Amino acid sequence: MAQEPVIRIQGLLTRFGSTVVHQDLDLEVRRGEILGLVGGSGSGKSVLLNTIIGLRRPDGGRIEVLGQDMGRLDPAARRRLSRRWGVLFQDGALFSSLTVRQNVEVPLATHTRISPGLRAELAEVKIALAGLPPDAAHKYPSELSGGMRKRAGLARAIALDPDILFLDEPTAGLDPIGAAAFDSLVAELQRALGLTILMVTHDLDSLYTVCDRVAVLLDRRIRIGTIEELMTDPHPWIADYFGGPRGRAAEGAHARARAAAEAGG
Amino acid sequence: MVSGIRWRGPVQAKDPEQAAILTRERQGEQLRLGFSGTWVTETLAAEETRLRRCLDARELAGLAQVQLDLGALQRLDTAGAWLVCRTAAALRSAGLEVSIEGVQEGHRGLLDAVAARPDPAPPPHALPFPLGLLARVGEASLALAADARALVGFLGLTVVVLLRVAVRPGRVRFTSLVHHMEKVGFDALPIVGLLAFLIGVVLAFQGADQLARFGAQIFTVNLLGISVLREMGILITAIIVAGRSGSAFTAQIGTMQVNQEVDALRTIGLDPVEVLVLPRLLALVLVMPLLVFYANIMALLGGGVMVWVLLDIGPDAFIRQLHNAIGLNAFLVGMIKAPIFAFVIALVGCFEGLRAGGNAEAVGSQTTRAVVEAIFLVIVLDAAFSVFFSVIGI
Repeated sequence: MAQEPVIRIQGLLTRFGSTVVHQDLDLEVRRGEILGLVGGSGSGKSVLLNTIIGLRRPDGGRIEVLGQDMGRLDPAARRRLSRRWGVLFQDGALFSSLTVRQNVEVPLATHTRISPGLRAELAEVKIALAGLPPDAAHKYPSELSGGMRKRAGLARAIALDPDILFLDEPTAGLDPIGAAAFDSLVAELQRALGLTILMVTHDLDSLYTVCDRVAVLLDRRIRIGTIEELMTDPHPWIADYFGGPRGRAAEGAHARARAAAEAGG
Repeated sequence: MVSGIRWRGPVQAKDPEQAAILTRERQGEQLRLGFSGTWVTETLAAEETRLRRCLDARELAGLAQVQLDLGALQRLDTAGAWLVCRTAAALRSAGLEVSIEGVQEGHRGLLDAVAARPDPAPPPHALPFPLGLLARVGEASLALAADARALVGFLGLTVVVLLRVAVRPGRVRFTSLVHHMEKVGFDALPIVGLLAFLIGVVLAFQGADQLARFGAQIFTVNLLGISVLREMGILITAIIVAGRSGSAFTAQIGTMQVNQEVDALRTIGLDPVEVLVLPRLLALVLVMPLLVFYANIMALLGGGVMVWVLLDIGPDAFIRQLHNAIGLNAFLVGMIKAPIFAFVIALVGCFEGLRAGGNAEAVGSQTTRAVVEAIFLVIVLDAAFSVFFSVIGI
């Protein structure tokens, strides 16, 4: 079965004044995959993410999300489309005046007409799915640790059972244990809810453990493939990225973990 | 035998691609709930109430077994899965035997994930009405007392640093001092001048209106002179300065606090009070008397223009009358308050800035607090000064 891509970008152009950030950028995200997006600082990863979700208008090119051309949608259609994706911003971006449960209820209240009682129950289900303890539901974002805020942000992002989940540096600022737990949570949710996930990340361990493919934003364009495929790319940045000391360490750890799993299973 | 009861009606008209469909089939002690169509967040609102009705005690009477049949489902998401799990749990707790049948492979993970939800935590306990109000009043009072105490503590700290620097004046940061003098003094001239001028106009207009009834128009000048020099000039200036400079101090220092710049200063061995607070405080104390003098002149100018237009009292007559009406005392009473109000405004501004902690939101709330507190203290002090001056007879 030929899979229709969930996100298709063709010839994207992004400019800030005279600085060109993306040029002739093409990207396809397949249904059900976890795609990692990497690139140097200032290479425009977050800008690309914001452009896909419509926070920023592209200066040129075409973006299709779930088969719909973002450039041609009227505001109502864009609103309808926006409920089919969830976004986790870097520090959760929770509404600080609302409790965690109220935060998760916001998308539900905005886009659906379910009863308040069921809405609260669903919010609690999502909070549990995001791996938060039940008593976190009544806390305010300022009372949570950074890792818990991210989980709460994730609970809000999956509130409407989206098709696509965008994660902006989900493991940044977490300790290695928290980061690994978050990675496995993302993988679990992907399996349980059948999500397509696009995550911007710098975390090599995340790339190895959860991502099916990796897109590298380099010289204003995207190179995409599995890590094995990218390793053969002659570009010096990619070679440094995956072949550098941290890249090799992550690869080694991943290979050991897989060997252990195979031996154990 | 009782034949099966079916619910039909609007159900048949629904498009299974777009709607959640619930069928209900009862045979003796057995109930079969069939879930079909699309059970997702958007579609299940209508069927939720029907599903709830099925759990009614009257409906359940005489039942022993319930089957939930998911075989004909087209789409399911966590919301639908949750409804299935919730229904099953409710039926089980009613003492019935529940089986979930026909679970499709793609839905199993979803059902398992949702079913694993732990019991929700009860909402935090809130006190009942009169007690809760009382508790909040108490908390607010204690917080107020603690704030006042902390402000007095900060006053002491600032005075100590001020004395330390007074011994070695070389430690004053002159670049910073001059920069802040320009910001809080020179840059404030247009707004202070304009507002003072307008206040003079208003005072003269209202005074002339009332005094004309007694034929005492000329005393408008006395009214203007006394009120501007003793009170209005300094108060208007202090309120503008609190709004534009006190708040700026809080925002600047608060942002530095949130960015941990203040902590960085401390680790390098610099005293934040000396580096951040002192230049701002000294700048405002030095500049405020000049601003007040300028505001006085502008207000008198505004009033003078107004009495000239309204009462035909020309500049000569205005100045002569002003000379008769006010002595040096009136001027000094206003001016002496300037450095003190400046000190209070700068102190409160810097204090609230240093207390901004944690997040960007705190900077905003601290800035609001600083302005309110500064204006409050200025007016309280002004009242105290009035009492004091009347007691000593000035």
